[in-house]
Amino acid sequence: MTTPTNSTFRTEMIEAREAPNQSRGVAGWLRANLFSGPINSVVSVVVILLIARLIWPFLEWTVIDANFLGSSRDACTGDGACWVFIASRFDSIIYGFYPEAARWRVDIVFAVLAVLIAWLAVPRLPQKKWVVLFALIGFPILAYILLLGGHFGLAYVPTRAWGGLMLTLTIAVVGIVGSLPIGILLALGRRSKMPFVKSICVIFIEFWRGVPLITVLFMASVMLPLFMPGNIEFDKLLRALVGIMLFWSAYMAEVIRSGLQAIGKGQNEAGQALGLSYWQRMGLIILPQALKLVIPGIVNTFISLFKDTSLVLIIGLLDMLAIIRAGLTDTNWLGFSTEGYVFAALVYWIFCFSMSRYSQYIERRLNTGHKQ
Amino acid sequence: MFIALAAFIGFLVHNTLLNLDARGIHTGFGFMNERAGFSISQTLIEYTNSSTYGRTFVIGLLNTLLVSILGIIAATIIGFLVGIARLSPNWLLARLATIYVEIFRNIPLLVQILFWYFAVLRSLPSPRQSLSLFDAFFVNVRGLVVPDPQPMAGFAATPWALLIAVVITIVFGIFAKRRQMATGKALPVYWIGAAIIIGLPLIVFLATGSPLEWSVPELTGFNFRGGINVLPELVALWLALSIYTAAFIAEIVRSGILSVPQGQTEAARSLSLPGAITLRKIVLPQAMRVIVPQMTSQYLNLIKNSSLATAIGYPDLVAVFAGTTLNQTGQAIEIIAMTMAVYLIISLTVSFLMNLYNARTLLKER
Repeated sequence: MTTPTNSTFRTEMIEAREAPNQSRGVAGWLRANLFSGPINSVVSVVVILLIARLIWPFLEWTVIDANFLGSSRDACTGDGACWVFIASRFDSIIYGFYPEAARWRVDIVFAVLAVLIAWLAVPRLPQKKWVVLFALIGFPILAYILLLGGHFGLAYVPTRAWGGLMLTLTIAVVGIVGSLPIGILLALGRRSKMPFVKSICVIFIEFWRGVPLITVLFMASVMLPLFMPGNIEFDKLLRALVGIMLFWSAYMAEVIRSGLQAIGKGQNEAGQALGLSYWQRMGLIILPQALKLVIPGIVNTFISLFKDTSLVLIIGLLDMLAIIRAGLTDTNWLGFSTEGYVFAALVYWIFCFSMSRYSQYIERRLNTGHKQ
Repeated sequence: MFIALAAFIGFLVHNTLLNLDARGIHTGFGFMNERAGFSISQTLIEYTNSSTYGRTFVIGLLNTLLVSILGIIAATIIGFLVGIARLSPNWLLARLATIYVEIFRNIPLLVQILFWYFAVLRSLPSPRQSLSLFDAFFVNVRGLVVPDPQPMAGFAATPWALLIAVVITIVFGIFAKRRQMATGKALPVYWIGAAIIIGLPLIVFLATGSPLEWSVPELTGFNFRGGINVLPELVALWLALSIYTAAFIAEIVRSGILSVPQGQTEAARSLSLPGAITLRKIVLPQAMRVIVPQMTSQYLNLIKNSSLATAIGYPDLVAVFAGTTLNQTGQAIEIIAMTMAVYLIISLTVSFLMNLYNARTLLKER
């Protein structure tokens, strides 16, 4: 068989022609995404004007016209923000009134915490189990000894002197580490077949979820001392921590319960058939699967918890926001509240945004196995 | 286990009674009838220094409800706009909405409230240099001044007319639906309803001789006379609450719309339904099933978050009752319990209504 030499037929393919000019390159992208129709074009122009009106002045204020260097108010010469205010108080924003000689202890705790978080967050690193165990048991003991002192020749630092970012992180970490196990117990209790346990857990969860955190903190600071035998003095920080832990454990319980519900009944029945006890079934079969499913939800609860640590300033604890506020009432630095609050917002934002990104990343990773 | 719990509660009650005795505090709600003797900066109902503590409770509750309702309305509007903007085919608009959500969702509400109050509203000009809009609305460091409607004799007919118009519209709506079921012909219910609801009160209003005067604020000396002065605390709290909650609502709206399968839109198009009707009759009703329950929990969050008012001194329930009243009377247990009970009742009622709604809109699986 020979190829027809008839000129009616082509023997080779035509080269694909380039896409029309209008749908290529920058111009094409602009046409497709910004100016695809009359309404879209108008919207784009309005948005561009809005950005020019809002974001550019903000950039000008925060960076271009701002002052960064100096040590006193005299250094604030530009029209923009004066970050000298933050710089001059940076130490107290981080450490509060923690004695200067003992700040290395805080640094060590920060460093260990950072390593632990990084270890747990990066999926490739090995020995997760032992690291989790250390993070939940060893690290709190280490942090307690180092931060509070009073043992092993370390000077005692009362919690009254704690403050700044260090206090914010302490509250957040204790809240997170404390509310997770309580939340797991509550979630299991709510699904329990024993009516008494179940109703106690339901009432507990619904109560904390129905009231604002502020009233809980008020209760912890005003009412808790009344509940205790007369001579026991409760530390103010401890009272707030108990309140925060109980409050968030209720939210955690609901998140974990949604995970428990997603695990098929067969898993539990298979465990029963193998003769495992309740706690063996939960600890070895149900919880590992359920917790993995709800990691994004747990991280989202952590984010809310972290944001709400700022509320402790209302009951008089000096967390980072409270220290910045106190700095604003300094007569040398009156009128710098915008800088102060923008800086506080930025710090909180960095923490929360990275957590939310991490939870999205985990969600994508977990999706591969569970999508049906 | 039951015995252990009972013993623990008994132990707490015993301690509490001993402690209260030692501090000379009497339990009970008798303090509610005592004279309060402090003033409150915003009172929706009559209140003087000689009113009772019971009255302060009501004032605080009303102020909480006021800011919550204002916040819910604004947050819903902003949230829907931003949520739909995130799905816009316009790249810039979608990005702008994403940036909005990511910024405001990740900053603590308390920081936002303090920012609006101290950094923005405190740096506004004094009353003499107020920024004004149409010479009727003024913004200055002491808050927002808006015209105050003053009803004259005969104004009462207008609200009645409005009520009647609403009733007529509902009846008409039911009639139109029956007719559509019977004959398949749809009446323009929305237009006719809007015409009745706006038109009837307007006619009555004009017929009775426009019995409403506006008390427009005027600058006299150092302050404004006339009009309603909205506290800067209320404005700051309102802004912060609505902007913060709107970021969450936007995400809910987006996920709700995305949850409607593409096939639904395609099926509507293959039936040659126009775009607007596809959105209104096909996409939105299904999206609402996902949106409404989550939205309700955001509303509840907003109500609970309004208790942060105490940080800037807006006289809400927590600031007035669990703050000043508690400090003056020392009745910690009763006051905290009442405050928590109010929030609990609100949340439990809303959850109950929500469960009813869920049961009604549940997919009917046969």
